[in-house]
Amino acid sequence: MSTPRTIPPLTATLTINLPLEQTFRFFTESFNAWWPNQYHIGQSDIAEAVLEGRVGGRWYERGVDGSECDWGEVRVWEPPHRLVVTWQINGYWQYDPDPAHASEVEVRFTAGGPDQTVVDVVHGHLDRLVAGQELRDGITGGGGWISLLEQFATAAVGATQA
Amino acid sequence: MDAYHDPGLGHLGDPTRRRIFELLARQPSTVGDLARQLPVSRPAVSQHLRVLREAGLVSTRAEGTRMVYQVNPDGVAAMRAYLDLVWQDALNAFHKAADAANLDKENQ
Repeated sequence: MSTPRTIPPLTATLTINLPLEQTFRFFTESFNAWWPNQYHIGQSDIAEAVLEGRVGGRWYERGVDGSECDWGEVRVWEPPHRLVVTWQINGYWQYDPDPAHASEVEVRFTAGGPDQTVVDVVHGHLDRLVAGQELRDGITGGGGWISLLEQFATAAVGATQA
Repeated sequence: MDAYHDPGLGHLGDPTRRRIFELLARQPSTVGDLARQLPVSRPAVSQHLRVLREAGLVSTRAEGTRMVYQVNPDGVAAMRAYLDLVWQDALNAFHKAADAANLDKENQ
């Protein structure tokens, strides 16, 4: 491998007007109720999005035709404070089963008041998804990925310094 | 979100361009397909596509005589921009649903 490259994580924060425990429960148990159903990778329309509440649990979609498509698995399950799931959907919008290529989504829940909860989302280890992509490109003879990544890393550093 | 400091992503600040990117994220399309779904002319769609393509967010492939546009599958910036859209939409949806759940509770 050449010098390691790091893609900055995606971050988001929002405040929810529900108590901590309830926010965590709503996020996880009612996952299907709020996940925007246009985001799915299966060929058929999504019937249900499922998040299994335990370490090693799957999160996946079930299509209207009954087919299931994995998105990743639950790595950390610490109700009501923290949840980490892998995101194994690559740049071709396909599930990559190799755990070494899994990016991670960490969701933290912090009480912001008696009836308020701050939710922080960090989608990191994007470089692992990219590593899988490079491997694939190596196999299929593609090539644009590495130079794009270097371009991206340079520009991202420039943006940070600006 | 820090994503907007990244190359390419600033191009999604324009609402029409963001909409085009979202449509392509769901389904590869031609200029005509896109123009039919948007309140802008074909030349305007082409212009936005040119900007997205130069930013590396969108790529093209020929399908017979048609030129099909798609989210660039080899682009790190494109993948990150797409994931950024996913999370923004997902968390907005979560926020709305949680507010609705909260109202239900208060009305009980």
